[in-house]
Amino acid sequence: MTDESQQLESITQKEYKAGFVTDIEADSLPPGLSEDVVREISRIKGEPEFMLEWRLKAYRHWLTMETPEWAHVHYPAINYQDISYYSAPKKKDDAPKSLDEVDPELLKTYEKLGVPLDERARLAGVAVDAVFDSVSVASTFQDKLAEEGIIFMPISQAVHEHPELVEQYIGSVVPYKDNYYAALNSAVFSDGSFVYIPKGVRCPMELSTYFRINAANTGQFERTLIIADDDAYVSYLEGCTAPMRDENQLHAAVVELVANDRAEIKYSTVQNWYPGDENGKGGIYNFVTKRAACRGESSKVSWTQVETGSAITWKYPSVVLQGDNSVGEFYSVAVTNNMQQADTGTKMIHLGKNTSSTIISKGISAGRSQNAYRGLVRVTPKAENARNYTECDSLLMGDKCGAHTFPYIEVKNPTAQVEHEASTSKISEDQLFYCKQRGLDTEDAVSMIVNGFCKEVIRELPMEFAVEAQNLLGLSLEGSVG
Amino acid sequence: MLEIKNLHASVGGKEILRGINMTVNPGEVHAIMGPNGAGKSTLSNVLAGRDGYEVTQGEIIYKGENLMELEPEERAQRGVFLAFQYPVEIPGVSNIYLLKAALNAVRKYNGQDEVDAIDFLNLVRERMKLVKMDEQFLHRNVNEGFSGGEKKRNEILQMAVLEPALAILDETDSGLDIDALRTVAEGVNALRAEDRSIVMITHYQRLLDHIVPDFVHVLSEGKIVKSGDKELAKELEKSGYSWVHDAPEGQTA
Ligand SMILES: Nc1ncnc2c1ncn2[C@@H]1O[C@H](COP(=O)(O)OP(=O)(O)OP(=O)(O)O)[C@@H](O)[C@H]1O
Ligand SMILES: [Mg+2]
Repeated sequence: MTDESQQLESITQKEYKAGFVTDIEADSLPPGLSEDVVREISRIKGEPEFMLEWRLKAYRHWLTMETPEWAHVHYPAINYQDISYYSAPKKKDDAPKSLDEVDPELLKTYEKLGVPLDERARLAGVAVDAVFDSVSVASTFQDKLAEEGIIFMPISQAVHEHPELVEQYIGSVVPYKDNYYAALNSAVFSDGSFVYIPKGVRCPMELSTYFRINAANTGQFERTLIIADDDAYVSYLEGCTAPMRDENQLHAAVVELVANDRAEIKYSTVQNWYPGDENGKGGIYNFVTKRAACRGESSKVSWTQVETGSAITWKYPSVVLQGDNSVGEFYSVAVTNNMQQADTGTKMIHLGKNTSSTIISKGISAGRSQNAYRGLVRVTPKAENARNYTECDSLLMGDKCGAHTFPYIEVKNPTAQVEHEASTSKISEDQLFYCKQRGLDTEDAVSMIVNGFCKEVIRELPMEFAVEAQNLLGLSLEGSVG
Repeated sequence: MLEIKNLHASVGGKEILRGINMTVNPGEVHAIMGPNGAGKSTLSNVLAGRDGYEVTQGEIIYKGENLMELEPEERAQRGVFLAFQYPVEIPGVSNIYLLKAALNAVRKYNGQDEVDAIDFLNLVRERMKLVKMDEQFLHRNVNEGFSGGEKKRNEILQMAVLEPALAILDETDSGLDIDALRTVAEGVNALRAEDRSIVMITHYQRLLDHIVPDFVHVLSEGKIVKSGDKELAKELEKSGYSWVHDAPEGQTA
C-alpha cells in the first residue's frame, strides 16, 4: 500500500459526533415481547380499540414469520426478548403542550445535535417533530400549519384527534403482513409523525422529523404516515442519530406515503444512526420499510436519501405507480465504512399507464464495508408506455471493501422502455494529488471528490439539508481513503 | 526562492533524478528542456511532493524552508504551484468550486478570512479574461470533457487566481494551437512579477519566443547537462539534444 492509500485509510477512521447519551429519567417497559407488551403499549398511549386490534393482528402474524435472509448482510440472530419496546422520557403529567414544558435536558440534546427546537431559533420554513426513543417530545409550528388545514403531529396524537384518517390509511401502503420487520413494527410501534395535506394546499414550509435513540437496549419502531390529498404538495425531511453504545440496537421503522390526484410528496432522509466502531462493535440495525403509493393520476413521489450511519442498513424506499401518468423517483447515496453493511435500493412498481420512474443510486464503500444496491423495476401487463431509467454508480475507497449491484427487471408489457446503467470507480491518486497540489488537505480533497460523485443526488435535497449531507459525507469517510 | 542541491530521486525503486543543482531567484523565469523520459516531470512531481517519488539524496530549499518536510498541500499553501502536464478530471465538482476551495486554502494558511463571494467572482472573471476563457467553464466539472488546450488554459487560470510564488509549468504549451499558445503565453507574461518565479518545462523554442526566459537548462538522463541563456534554446532547436550530449564535459554549465 502506498503512503497515499494509507493516508486515505486513516482519514476514514471517523469519529461519531452525535454519540453522546442524554442523562434523563425514562419510563421504560422491561425487555421482552408478548401480547401483553403489545396491549401495554396501546394502553399507555390510551389508544382506541381499532388500533389495539390492528396491533394484535400484526403481532400474531409476526409470530408466524421468519427472519428474512436474502439481503447481502450478515449479523448474529436478534433476540427479540432482550429488547425493550417502549421508553419515554419521564414527564410531569401529560404530553408537553408547549416547548416551555419540554424537559430542558431534551432541548439541550437537540441543540447539540444541531436541531434547536426553539421556534424562534428555527430556520424559517422548517417545522420539526422530535422523536426521542419511543415518543414525540416536541412538535413545532403545529398551530401555524393548522391554519392551512395541514395536520402535522405525532402519530400517537393523530390516533386520538384524527382516528378516521389513521384508520383509513395506516397499513394501506405497507400492510402488516408485508414483511417481518413491518409486522413487528405494526405490533409495537410507539410514535412517529403524521402528516395530512388537504386538497389543493401547498405546504408552506419543510416538515421535518428528527429521530433520536437514547435509551440502551431499546428498539425504535417509529411509524410515519403522510397523505397528500388531490393537488397537494409537501416536502418532508427526516434525520436521525443515536448514542455510541457497544450493543447493537434495533430500529425498524415503517413509512407510508399516499399521493392522491396530482399530489406531490418529496421525502428526504439524512440517516446518521450510530454505525458501530471501526471493529464493528455496536451500532444500529436499521431495518426499514418505506413505501409510497402514487394512487392518483399524475401524482409524484420522490425519495431522496443520504445514508451514512447504521451498522446494518436494510432499506428499499419504493413507489407503487397506480395512477396514470404518475412519477416515482429514487435518489440515493449510501456510504459504508469500517465494518458497516448496507443493502439498499428501491422498487418501482408500474401499474398505471404512462408511468415513469427514475433511480439514481450512488454507493460509496470504504474500510472493510459491504455496500449493495438492490433494485426492482416491475412493469405489469396493463402498464402501457411505462418508462424507467436506472443509474447505479459505485465508488470504492481501498481494496478491502465491496460493492454489489442486484438489479431485477420484470417487464410484462412490450411498450415499456427500461434503461439501466452501472459503473464502478475508485478515487484515483491522481485526483487526490491534483486537489492537494491546489492546497486542499486530504480530508477536504476526499470530501470534495465524493460530493462530486454524489452531486446528482445531493442537489435533490432541500438547501439546508444538502449542506448537512455534504458535511456528513466528509465526516463519514474521515479516516478511510485508499 | 528555490534552491535544489544535488537532488537524487527514484520512482518505483528506479533512480530517475541523478544529482540536480539549480537555483531560482525571485522574479526569474527558468526553462527546462530535454528529451522524453529525461526526468522533467519527475522533477516537477518531486517539487510538488507527489507520493511515490522518493528523494534519496540532496535537498530542496524553498523560501528558506526544507520543502521535503512538507505535505503537498502545505507546499501549495506556501505558494508552490504545479501546472500539470496532464490535468486531472474531477466528475461532479465544478471548476469554480475547486478554484474557491483552493483560494480559501491558501488564504487560510496566510491567516486571511474566506474570500467574499462577490469579490471572488470579480477576481475570477478578471483572471479569465487573461487567458480568454469563457465563463461557462466555471460551471463545468473540473477538466471533464475539456479539450487538451482548454485543460492547459484552465491550469493557467488556476495559477492566475492563486498567485503562487513559484509556478512550475509542465509542458503547458503542448497541445495548444498557435493562437492558444499566444494567449497562454500572454497570460503567463502578465503574471511575471518581481516576487514570483516561474519554471517552465517545454520541448519547443516557440514558447520561449513568447515567454522569454532568463535561463535555459537542458535535463538529460536525470542531470542538468547544460545551462545557458535564451540563446541555448535556439541552439538546441537547430541541432537537437545530441549536440548537448556530444559536448565535452567541461562545457556544461
Ligand atoms: N511510476 C513510475 N515507475 C517507473 N518508472 C517511472 C515512473 N514514473 C516515471 N518513470 C520513468 O521515469 C523516467 C522519467 O519520466 P518523466 O515523466 O520525468 O520524463 P519527462 O522528462 O517528463 O518526459 P516527457 O518529455 O516525455 O514528458 C521515464 O523513463 C519514466 O518511464
Ligand atoms: Mg513530462
